[in-house]
Amino acid sequence: MAKMNLLQAINDALITAMTDDEKVMVFGEDVGHFGGVFRATSNLQEKFGKGRCFNTPLTEQGIIGFANGLASQGSVPVAEIQFGDYIFPAFDQIVNETAKWRYRSGGQFTTGTLTIRTPYGGGIAGGHYHSQSPEAFFAHIPGMKIVIPRNPKQAKGLLLSSIRDDNPVLFMEPKRLYRAAVGEVPEGDYELPLGKADVVKEGKDITLLAWGAQVEIIEKAAEMAEKDGISCEIIDLQSILPWDVETVTQSVFKTGRLLVNHEAPLTGGFASEIAASVQERCFLYLEAPIARVCGLDTPYPLAHEKEYMPDHLKTYEAIKRTMDY
Amino acid sequence: MQDRNHLSNVGITHDVAVISNGLIDIPMVQLLDENGNETNTKNTPNLSREEAIKIANTMQYTRLLDERMVGAQRQGRISFYLACTGEEAAVVGSAAALEDQDMVMSQYREQGVLAYRGYTTEQFMNQMFSNKKDPNKGRQMPIHYGDKKLNFMTVSSPLGTQIPQASGYAYGQKMAGQPAITICYFGEGAASEGDFHAGVNMAAVLNCPVIFFCRNNGYAISTPSEEQFAGDGIASRGIGYGVKTIRVDGNDALAVYAATKQAREIALAENCPVLIEAMTYRLAAHSTSDDPSGYRSKDEEEKWRAKDPILRFNLWLESKGWFDKEATDKLLETSRADILAAVKKAEKIDVCALPDIIEDVYDEAPWHLKEQLADLQAHIEKYPEAYPKTAGRTR
Repeated sequence: MAKMNLLQAINDALITAMTDDEKVMVFGEDVGHFGGVFRATSNLQEKFGKGRCFNTPLTEQGIIGFANGLASQGSVPVAEIQFGDYIFPAFDQIVNETAKWRYRSGGQFTTGTLTIRTPYGGGIAGGHYHSQSPEAFFAHIPGMKIVIPRNPKQAKGLLLSSIRDDNPVLFMEPKRLYRAAVGEVPEGDYELPLGKADVVKEGKDITLLAWGAQVEIIEKAAEMAEKDGISCEIIDLQSILPWDVETVTQSVFKTGRLLVNHEAPLTGGFASEIAASVQERCFLYLEAPIARVCGLDTPYPLAHEKEYMPDHLKTYEAIKRTMDY
Repeated sequence: MQDRNHLSNVGITHDVAVISNGLIDIPMVQLLDENGNETNTKNTPNLSREEAIKIANTMQYTRLLDERMVGAQRQGRISFYLACTGEEAAVVGSAAALEDQDMVMSQYREQGVLAYRGYTTEQFMNQMFSNKKDPNKGRQMPIHYGDKKLNFMTVSSPLGTQIPQASGYAYGQKMAGQPAITICYFGEGAASEGDFHAGVNMAAVLNCPVIFFCRNNGYAISTPSEEQFAGDGIASRGIGYGVKTIRVDGNDALAVYAATKQAREIALAENCPVLIEAMTYRLAAHSTSDDPSGYRSKDEEEKWRAKDPILRFNLWLESKGWFDKEATDKLLETSRADILAAVKKAEKIDVCALPDIIEDVYDEAPWHLKEQLADLQAHIEKYPEAYPKTAGRTR
């Protein structure tokens, strides 16, 4: 075990993957000698050469288009989009190409080796275009997997699984935890399963569900609620698509209540999908409406960032409302 | 030019003058005139009799297939078709200059490449009839071919997307040390997409062994090229990206062959992209959903019909004493019969069974797809008459 922050864990995962398989290639804007604007790709070019870790011209649609071709050729591309906010120029390549490649060719060709890494989320005074959480746009795309870690250990294990998974994976990194989250990370090679939620803490009165940086928010809210005698079960979803309906519903069968928290705007956010599915499956067990504590249906604001965010206080209030229903 | 550094080595002028357009006027390489005569014998590529006849036969076959399938679409036997008529020399001439290991990433009007590589009439039909023998398992519209064995990447409808993909594919070939390149076909309309800019620029910067082959046929559906771009076609853009570029007469199979052959050698030896712009004319309607009489004149079409690429190549074959009319007629007759038989056979083959609907979305169907399939199976079993294609084959 070594103490690392989230960025170091990601860097460690990339080194592990590139050492293990010479077909792994890392590219994007500023990822080369400079090592990335967040330093996630530090030293990769020095270690593995310019052929395997390189800067691209500044074009997101080009990066993902290039990555699609490279993946279909049999290489293992790990493409970086500098901020999740700038992934939209590549939306066509991801939706119409990456995700449909295997299906449309009857399984003859695939982009399964592709991983797209991108920092996402707010809390860093990033305003409109350095704060967004676009996971729900991608959750509507059959053929993609979406994975979001919450701490350094999760980040390394889930990233290694994503790179080796035989499906295209969008790997979203909560940038406000890049340096803030520090923890023990196992040395060497290990993987954490995709499509599986992680029960962070067991409880019996209410299920709290989040992913990425918001897991620590629901943990904080749970601490407050526990002081009121409310026992909270905390789940980190980890995979947005496909998501672990089994773990979530088993928890709700037990607690009878569910709160979902995410930074992204409420309307069309992934909490809607979860709430509808849980309501279908757990109707007779639900003792209160499912609560969604999310970002506002506004662009991500700068001056009102604190007000916008679905923080622990908003979550705590929603827990109490749900318990009192 | 090679050593130009934007920080220090930019040439200086003291005239305040914009550079006028048309400064670069890129000529079009022609090796056969419209009567099939060699224009400059020292540049005539070394093409064996066998290869030349294969090119001619493939062009003939492509045109015949197109005529028959447009007819089949008119009869309602297939849902859609898209012909290559008038552009056979551009497509087949370039295919002939490639090696089998080269990857082809096409737009949708390049069926001639597949025909040249040995795709059978039966294979064409299975795809177009979306039956269970279609390699795409009936999931895509007709003409969206793909064949892994023939190194022909499956076609997708979104235009231009294959351009940066081809750069990436070629980069992978280079990194793997393969003696192969990628050729990427697209029309002049698709070259207006952002992906053209992204893909060509990336190939240049990242040293990718790829040929960008533009079929400039004058129209993108109804939009004439003067409403598509104001510059000197597509070729002039290659220069701006630092890409080696050549413009050829796309109705001259020999010129297309020679240009592509040279482009391939350069791309492979120097690990760099080469752009070919083939000037041609879309004699066909855009697709079976289009009627060109709404946007262009019969006179214009006639003018181009006189420049028929197949006729021109056959005249050249004749001049070499290689044209065998009897064999050509026989080939056409046999092909006609083959196509008719293959249509009849392909339309009788079932579509895939229902469970296939959730396969290949992922490597393995996840829980939610399995659940959705189970619901669908139960539903169709309840109303089999409403779903005749899959009733009885839901499990």
